[in-house]
Amino acid sequence: MLRHLAERLLSLGLSLFAASLVVFAVIELVPGDPAAFMLGMGATPEAIAALRRELGLEGTPLTRYLSWAGGMLTGDFGISYTYRVPVSQLVLDRLQVSLPLAAYALLLSTVIALPVGMLAAVRRGSATDMAVMGTTQLGIAVPNFWFAILLVLVFSIKLRWVGAGGFPGWEVGLWRGIGALTLPAVALALPQASILARVMRSAVLETLSQDYMRTARAKGLSRRQAVFRHGFRNALIPVLTILGLQFSFLLAGAIIIENVFFLPGLGRLVFQGITQRDLVVVGSVVMLLVFAVIVVNFLVDIAYALADPRLRRPA
Amino acid sequence: MSLLAIDALTLAIRGTPLLRGVSLALQPGQTLGLVGESGSGKSLTALAAMGLLPEGATTTGSITFDGRDLLRTPEPQLCRLRGRRIGMIFQEPMTALNPVQPIGDQVAETLRIHTSAPRADAHRIAAEKLARVGLPTDRIPPSRFPHELSGGQRQRVCIAMAVALRPALLIADEPTTALDVTTQMQILRLLKSLVAEEGMALMLITHDLAVVSGLADRVAVMSEGRVVEENATEPLFRAMCHPYTRQLFAASDHRPARTSLPLGAPLLQVDGATRDYALPRTHLFRRRPSFRAVSDVSLTLHQGESVGLVGESGCGKSTLTRAILGLEPLQQGRIHLDGQPVGPGMPPTLRAKVQVVFQDPYGSFNPRHRIARAVAEPFHLLPAPPRGAARRAAVAEALEAVGLTAADMDKYPHEFSGGQRQRLAIARALIIRPALIVLDEAVSALDVSVRARILDLLADLQTRFGLTYLFISHDLAVVRAITDRVLVMQSGRIVEEGPTDRVFDHPSHPYTRALVAATPRIPAHWVPAAPCPNAGVGQQG
Amino acid sequence: MRSLSLLLGGSLVGLFFAAALVSFFWTPHGVEQIAIQLRFLPPSAAHPLGTDHLGRDILSMLMVGARTSIAVAIVAVGMGVALGVPLGLVAAATRGGLIDEIIMRGNDLIFAFPALVIAILITAVFGPSALNAIIAIGIFNTPVFARVTRGAALSLWTLDYIRAARVAGKGRARISVEHILPNIANLLIVQGTIQFSLGILAEAGLSYLGLGAQPPTPSWGRMLADAQTMVALAPHMAIFPGLAIVLTVLGLNLLGDGLRDLLDPRLRRAR
Repeated sequence: MLRHLAERLLSLGLSLFAASLVVFAVIELVPGDPAAFMLGMGATPEAIAALRRELGLEGTPLTRYLSWAGGMLTGDFGISYTYRVPVSQLVLDRLQVSLPLAAYALLLSTVIALPVGMLAAVRRGSATDMAVMGTTQLGIAVPNFWFAILLVLVFSIKLRWVGAGGFPGWEVGLWRGIGALTLPAVALALPQASILARVMRSAVLETLSQDYMRTARAKGLSRRQAVFRHGFRNALIPVLTILGLQFSFLLAGAIIIENVFFLPGLGRLVFQGITQRDLVVVGSVVMLLVFAVIVVNFLVDIAYALADPRLRRPA
Repeated sequence: MSLLAIDALTLAIRGTPLLRGVSLALQPGQTLGLVGESGSGKSLTALAAMGLLPEGATTTGSITFDGRDLLRTPEPQLCRLRGRRIGMIFQEPMTALNPVQPIGDQVAETLRIHTSAPRADAHRIAAEKLARVGLPTDRIPPSRFPHELSGGQRQRVCIAMAVALRPALLIADEPTTALDVTTQMQILRLLKSLVAEEGMALMLITHDLAVVSGLADRVAVMSEGRVVEENATEPLFRAMCHPYTRQLFAASDHRPARTSLPLGAPLLQVDGATRDYALPRTHLFRRRPSFRAVSDVSLTLHQGESVGLVGESGCGKSTLTRAILGLEPLQQGRIHLDGQPVGPGMPPTLRAKVQVVFQDPYGSFNPRHRIARAVAEPFHLLPAPPRGAARRAAVAEALEAVGLTAADMDKYPHEFSGGQRQRLAIARALIIRPALIVLDEAVSALDVSVRARILDLLADLQTRFGLTYLFISHDLAVVRAITDRVLVMQSGRIVEEGPTDRVFDHPSHPYTRALVAATPRIPAHWVPAAPCPNAGVGQQG
Repeated sequence: MRSLSLLLGGSLVGLFFAAALVSFFWTPHGVEQIAIQLRFLPPSAAHPLGTDHLGRDILSMLMVGARTSIAVAIVAVGMGVALGVPLGLVAAATRGGLIDEIIMRGNDLIFAFPALVIAILITAVFGPSALNAIIAIGIFNTPVFARVTRGAALSLWTLDYIRAARVAGKGRARISVEHILPNIANLLIVQGTIQFSLGILAEAGLSYLGLGAQPPTPSWGRMLADAQTMVALAPHMAIFPGLAIVLTVLGLNLLGDGLRDLLDPRLRRAR
């Protein structure tokens, strides 16, 4: 187990290193001089040079990479070209929206999908199964931003239950904050829940065809007991993989959904960064998103080993 | 009263009849051997008795157990019977256990669902049961997971699970077919002692007549969904009233008529062959450990010889085969074929001198290639392969040589049975007239009657084309039937070699002796052909 | 059931392909024809799906938009196949070796970048365009196909007919093309339809954010972005483009399911 952990940690470090190289190289490719861009048309060459030094744009690519990556490691993400404040401050503010939103959506989709998938598998071929398969087939096909627009149309415009967007901040109270995130989280969770329910269903069905299910039945377990005692945990192994993959879809989805609901999250930040060509912001946020994906996959690997003894103690 | 009485049981799955009136009876404490080839319906009979038939199965007749008809017993009551009154073990121990649960928990589960035993008690009893089947707590603790156990050990866990509540009936469906012969002997002994001690009845399902001869009180022979003959074991073997029983018996010990060819020059020479495999890294900064699969093996095959290579799984025979075929390099030693060095880089002209037939008749052919293309594939090795009509003629000749017809060349592999595919594989090996054919467990996946006909074919082809065979198998009977000389391999080394009959009749190495002793055999004096009517009581074992 | 999904999926996909093709020659109205006086019209005989905020005919916009969606998704899937399948075949043929390791690590690296993040990076450098959407979705597709190919190929490499081909002197490259590729083609076709539907969704998302096809080229995602602010005024502007996306993706997924069962001989025989 320890060896497995060490191996995964090493590969985590390597992935982060490789990803940082990619992001840095892409930002290097961007044409134009950010210092000149920031100071506008009438800037003197001296002022531009001074700003370049201040922004850390001087030096060889290697030294610039080292100071950029080193800064990231110590929490110093640089100064935003447009906002003129430390990017770490911006990111921290925005994370207060994005992180709860992603967690909320993930929770919703898991809580809905796993029991539904399990139920469909146990009642394979029944009306329940058909209904689940039909609904999820549709759920997968619905783009989450369109679903979000429909939610706004129904719940904000027609029924006037909730606001059409924006985020009041956590200062106004936990419940109002959660209320503001509910429609976005539902919009994000629906397609994910559909995928997850289908994966859960087929994973449980897969375990049903295994020899050890027959053994369990020969012991005297009823079909239902066999599924719950021997199917669930074995089915979780493929489901975990999908959960890990879904996290990256959730992050990407959040970028779009935050734009639909005007939520001040990371997605809005990176999007504004692009339109304003604020590369420090874009690079930092992209790196942060990639970091999150890699770390989540690392956690999935660990969870995998906990769920599957074959990975914990190889024979 | 019988413990289990099956009466006129018929079974159909989606309209296809699979059992056509099976009647059987089993007395308490008795062992019944149920023998038949694949598709005879023996496993379905057992599953019907367990109430675990596949979906879509319809039955008529009755299965009476403990005085009640299982076919008409509702599922909740069947659940209370299964595991408590009837236990069952299956063929494939590698997949029969839940991989994510410790073995102790899996045995304890049988106790916990049928009794109100508290958790701790169930686990204590489970540990005792595991110890009883040969997995004592100090060596194999109940906290182990299935993947940490060998196949034989896993089958013991399955047995512990099935007998934990001392059921009146244990059904064992091919319990040793997936195991090595020495492990098979141990498992059969365990079953025998459990039956004796616990007073269980045992229904032992197998394709192997020799296995039942040593274990069963009564034997039923099944064919095409019917019981064709049923009797006490010894009288059944002595009389063999039914022609199918006779045929099965003859096939199981079939030795094709062979004419030994005069020995030619050395064809294949293996000198000190050694092959290591790297194992997964145990430490980040140390060298990867390695496993020596083949260790300093030397052997010589002469032109026209048929040599057997026997050993149990993991002994290194497959690794050695790959090296001889020039698919993998050696770490040490040399292999020469017809005087030229063999290895991954060997020239096509040399490769053309050796061909191979594999075990699995279903995986041996690309499902998307017609037979003509598949059988002609080795022509790739010739500098000027025949084209067009000449190519088709060569394929036709090869097909006819193995007992198929030229018309078969435009079919696809799925249109052939397992035995026919094995003939096709032989045709493919034969088509470029190699000097040496390696037969890698080539008849192991076949039913005995099909196997007998393939062995006849191999013997005939050897004489006709002056072939040299290297016959690799775990099955001593097959090796005996087709080879002149045999090599016994254990843990990567050749431990004994010599003329086949001498090695098997008078083994000198302890491992060979153990192998020969472990092979189940029908007592020689039971054979009906042998004129020994009523001569004493046959000893079993 | 299965033939139903094949039929339904096939018809939906066929419908949208047909709409895209027809739009090259004929649309009910010109899509560049702006008529402010005709804006926000609800569905009527003249405009079956109504008009948008600039008075353009939504049906015509959807037909031309289908072109963009299909073109972006097809090229992106083609890119994923063209890069991913050879990489997967090579990785499987050199299983456990250095090349395999490099290919698989590279795959993992790309997997760490969600498609949208790749698009953001590309847009940050080159500015938004349909081509960027194609490249971003294509890059994202590559490791998917590489992984599917490698996984399926690895299980084939253990089969006896592959070993027989090696004994017949055929090299790894030749075996990959002659024996492996034809036997995984079914799987790739099915994966292709799935990736195609994901591509349609991704293209819609990107153009919704303004990172994909640029105006005046009509695209479904762009139409939804325009509709969003006016959804209270003209809900039909949001509903129809969304339905177009849902039905196309649904059709492709049903088609994929149907094809999987049709092409899998194991399933076919089981029934």
